[in-house]
Amino acid sequence: MNLFKISLANIREKKLNSFLSALLLALGIGMISLLLLLNQQLDEQFRKNIKGIDMVVGAKGSPLQLILSSIYQIDAPTGNVPLAEVNSLRKNPFVKTVIPLSMGDSYQGFRILGTTPKYIEHYKVKVAEGHIHNASMEVTVGSKVARNAGLKIGDTFASSHGLDGEGDQHDHKKYKVTGIFAASGTVVDQLIITRLSSIWDIHEHAEAGAEKHEEHHEEAGGEAEEEGQDVTSALIQFRNPMGLMTIPRQVNTNTSMQAALPSIEINRLFSLLGVGIETLRAIALVIITIAGVSVFVSLYNSLKERKYEMALMLSMGATRTSLFLMLLIEGLFLSVVGFFAGILLSRFGLLLFSKAAEQDFHYSLGKFAILPEEIYLLFAALTVGAIAAALPSIGIYKLNISRTLAEE
Amino acid sequence: MITSHNLKFSYSAQKKFQFPDISCGDRETLLILGQSGKGKTTLLHLLALLLQPESGEVIIGGRSIKHLSHEQIALIRAKTIGIIYQRAHFVSALSVIDNMLLSNFLAEKDQDRKKAIYLANELGFAEHLSKKTSQLSQGEQQRVSIARALMNDPNVILADEPTSSLDDINCQRVIDLLKAQSASIGASLVVVTHDQRLKSEFSNQVIL
Repeated sequence: MNLFKISLANIREKKLNSFLSALLLALGIGMISLLLLLNQQLDEQFRKNIKGIDMVVGAKGSPLQLILSSIYQIDAPTGNVPLAEVNSLRKNPFVKTVIPLSMGDSYQGFRILGTTPKYIEHYKVKVAEGHIHNASMEVTVGSKVARNAGLKIGDTFASSHGLDGEGDQHDHKKYKVTGIFAASGTVVDQLIITRLSSIWDIHEHAEAGAEKHEEHHEEAGGEAEEEGQDVTSALIQFRNPMGLMTIPRQVNTNTSMQAALPSIEINRLFSLLGVGIETLRAIALVIITIAGVSVFVSLYNSLKERKYEMALMLSMGATRTSLFLMLLIEGLFLSVVGFFAGILLSRFGLLLFSKAAEQDFHYSLGKFAILPEEIYLLFAALTVGAIAAALPSIGIYKLNISRTLAEE
Repeated sequence: MITSHNLKFSYSAQKKFQFPDISCGDRETLLILGQSGKGKTTLLHLLALLLQPESGEVIIGGRSIKHLSHEQIALIRAKTIGIIYQRAHFVSALSVIDNMLLSNFLAEKDQDRKKAIYLANELGFAEHLSKKTSQLSQGEQQRVSIARALMNDPNVILADEPTSSLDDINCQRVIDLLKAQSASIGASLVVVTHDQRLKSEFSNQVIL
């Protein structure tokens, strides 16, 4: 027999009330925690992939779409631009690197990206098995692709036209897997990377004769590039911030391309999402408040019902402080249960969300560790429980033992 | 052993009580009889230290209860007085045995499970120990509350109308139990009632 046992017995005695209080708290905490998790992981995913890319150039259209398709590989590309125009940017003294990208095909929903070795260098991914592709129609696949599509070194596969995996198959030419990247947590995990020339080779038959095959010339990176061909977009790094001041404007006015700045577009995207996130956060706070009120009402009602019990315990030697502690334990216990249920709930929500994101975008949001903000959330929950318990406890200090015992 | 001197108490200017001195030695019994409104419960609460008298004093076990803090009084009450109320009340969330152990816990004594089981056997509710108190009949509940009052081996047992809601047979049983149990631990037994059936049971009587 101790205070904790009495408190637990009281909670068990009114199961439904306790359940409702804990449930409301769990919902509120769960929502906030889920928002924190999503916010943190989306942010992380977005920032990690953006790193070092100062500008993206591609066909005119929505700059956000260009960023999403070229950096994150989650939206349709805006169209094609001539490689010659992209390469002319290299001459600009402010430009450090130009990484042309060519996309449009996929295998089992995973995008095939034609690019230069610079792309792999940029994301600093290592090859886990085999070696990086070094000829046309050879590919190196991301770790997630290898796992989910079951690709091994030496496998061959035919790509399909389009990015949704439902287009026509390019049966006449097959890709060969020469390497598998180590998992890096970047967009590379979900890509099949090949040379630019592979993409041209595979589409050549359709445009046979239309395009004149130009001379190959070796680039510094050892990648053969063909002038007169199209690419989808290019990732640009500047040598210094001065590039940011002049180049986007130049590109937008003097070329057929548009320049999009990832940092600006992503901030725009987040501010659009932000409205929704703020609303959800407000709803979660309202739910937490209601949970607090529910704990309060539950304790207050039971205090009225238990007035005689309280007087009895006081007459048996209990101090008012120990009765206050008893109520406090009840409130805090419900808070703690609500908190942990909420944390579990948010992890479950994240799992579902991650599954959906994985299916649609191949991004996984699988980090379930406790966030530092969630410690604050625990303190917030404890505060709600403590206040909800403390308010009705005032009644204990006002209780007249003799009168209460005499009246019933 | 409990005695009182010149106890006075007033709820308001019109509602004043002056009580006759009472004295009840160890192993003795005392019946305080009175009609409603005569201040029976007030006297019992004064003796039980639940109310502070306006003047006069209560002496329990040779010790005068005066000029003590609320905490000290609460502890003295818990350790030396066993109170049985008119209607048995319990902490409803706890089982019968936990309600009995509660009086040990609140008096800051070791929780004596053996004693609780022994008393339950004595008073005939051993098979109900793990039930909730609300599952027991009124007679059983009254016996549990007697057992609870005995848990701390009190000096004084105070009973407020312990029989008024019981039929003749249960009334007799409860009075016999009270007498036997208080005698067995050497406590004074003070019963406050308007129940005329008890008149013949007690030799020492005070009429309010």
